[in-house]
Amino acid sequence: MINFLILPILIPLVTGVLLIFAAKRIMLQRWIAGISSVIAIILSALLVQKVRVDGIQTLDVSSWEAPFGITLVSDMMSALLVLTTSIIAFLCLIYSFWSIGEAREKFYYYAAFNFLIVGVNGAFTTGDIFNLFVFFEVMLMASYVLLVLGGKKAQLRESIKYILVNVISSALFVIAVAYLYSVVGTLNMAHISVRISEASQGNPPGIITVIAVLFLIVFGLKGAIFPLYFWMPGSYYAPPAPVLALFGALLTKVGVYSITRTYTLFFYHDTGFTHQLLSFLAIMSIIAGVIGAIAYWDIKKIIIYNIIIAVGAILFGVSAMTTDSLTGSIFYLIHDMIIKAALFLLAGIIIAIAGTSNLHKISGLIKRYPGLGWTFFIAALALAGIPPLSGFVGKLLIIKGGFEAEHYWGAGIVLMSSLLVLFSIMKIFINGFWGTPRAYKGEDKVPVGKMMIAPVILVVIAVFYGAGSEYVYPYILQAAETLANPEIYIEAVLKEY
Amino acid sequence: MEILMAFVIGILFMSATYLMLSKSLLRIIVGTGLLSHGAHMLILTMGGLKTGSAPLLGENAPYTDPIPQALILTAIVISFGVTAFFLVLAYRAYQELGTDNMDRMRGTEGND
Repeated sequence: MINFLILPILIPLVTGVLLIFAAKRIMLQRWIAGISSVIAIILSALLVQKVRVDGIQTLDVSSWEAPFGITLVSDMMSALLVLTTSIIAFLCLIYSFWSIGEAREKFYYYAAFNFLIVGVNGAFTTGDIFNLFVFFEVMLMASYVLLVLGGKKAQLRESIKYILVNVISSALFVIAVAYLYSVVGTLNMAHISVRISEASQGNPPGIITVIAVLFLIVFGLKGAIFPLYFWMPGSYYAPPAPVLALFGALLTKVGVYSITRTYTLFFYHDTGFTHQLLSFLAIMSIIAGVIGAIAYWDIKKIIIYNIIIAVGAILFGVSAMTTDSLTGSIFYLIHDMIIKAALFLLAGIIIAIAGTSNLHKISGLIKRYPGLGWTFFIAALALAGIPPLSGFVGKLLIIKGGFEAEHYWGAGIVLMSSLLVLFSIMKIFINGFWGTPRAYKGEDKVPVGKMMIAPVILVVIAVFYGAGSEYVYPYILQAAETLANPEIYIEAVLKEY
Repeated sequence: MEILMAFVIGILFMSATYLMLSKSLLRIIVGTGLLSHGAHMLILTMGGLKTGSAPLLGENAPYTDPIPQALILTAIVISFGVTAFFLVLAYRAYQELGTDNMDRMRGTEGND
């Protein structure tokens, strides 16, 4: 099929439109949304296999040829991320059935949910820098709706800050694209890469470096790297658990993906300044995230700060720019999407039971909810990267790549951070699950069994992803090779150009 | 002409920054509007300002590049939508929180 790679974008779009018309019929909405996301998972799995067999897939929209029209490009990295997104979307959807509440379901929750997936999948798939901006906006618009839906005071207050930050970063995105367009005169990402190579000849002009840093600021604001993560702990604190899981697993990762894409495809000529800066910011993100994760006594805050740590670790791998470290980064990126979604969903269950996210007010949960306790324990080990669970291989490769690039202190900090991540997450386990059991108001009303379905599946995926990394590795390696050799990407997009 | 536009864009960014640093929510929203106007002008200027020729190839006259205009159109629509959403949100937040002062919108949940 020629138009195969547009389907993971098209299916949630059509579903979202349909769901608007079915807003008041909740069961119908659930069925439509559920079935469409299962179809999306199957199709994106087939897409991964197609990319594996036939190489990079491209689609020139409306048959405008590559450098002129908008091109959608599915290389291994985007195909894998689209697959992961589809899986997480489906599981968050199932979780929402029993936790989001009728009021939200009637007010276009599922429609906004699907539009968010449109934006995320689109951002992963597009091969056009301005189209990337458009998909960012689709994603952000849906995220504004999901963030504010419910209308609690905290949500309204935090939405204002979130929108303000994103409006500014979007304006900067437009500015960065304008500068880039004035220098290279094209918007197709592969073509931009060619033009920058021609302009550079070993030593790129200063304006390219300026644009690189501008893009780092834009995507850094979305991806929450140091010093631009300031908005995240507040804004992500407000929405309910499934929305938080979607945001934590997908939104920041789109920023990380965009940094990876631009820094491996466009700005790889003069790594002396830009990649040094990236690696410094990545290390600082890890440190800042670790401090936050250890300092707070609030379940949500601890996991939110863990997002920042993961973003730092992934970007450190990207900044080292060796095939090993890029493989590690992609491995860790997918691991982190899965495990963060699992942790946020589990945290949602704990909060639903206890009625609070303050660890001082929770204890002894394992007595009544052993399944919840052990699932959380495995997820925590996977997050910290205990072998053979999924975090281990990625981090191993990132650190290996860091040593190969002679980034000793950086690799050391990534290594040390694992220990502190384990400490921060075990703090939740020890304080929340051990100790004397307490009685919580209204805990019997929480459908724990049904809510456990999604996080258990996610943790099982994480376990297999780690234990079966031998089978996953060829796919990830193919993705990393495309990143390490931009020529593959360019050739696939521009053909005989 | 480009230099003049650069000044216009600079003034727009300057006023936008000033407005966005104020405490009143409405001024901040006006600031975001000016900021996106500045960004749109920048695309137009960066695409090159040529006058009097159609965006068609094959004519003898130097043709105008149509892409910046297409980009601006898209960006304007997006910023229009976001601004509308932002205004409604600001009104709702004002009703709910009883203030439009950013100083009084600090959140402290989960900070102990």
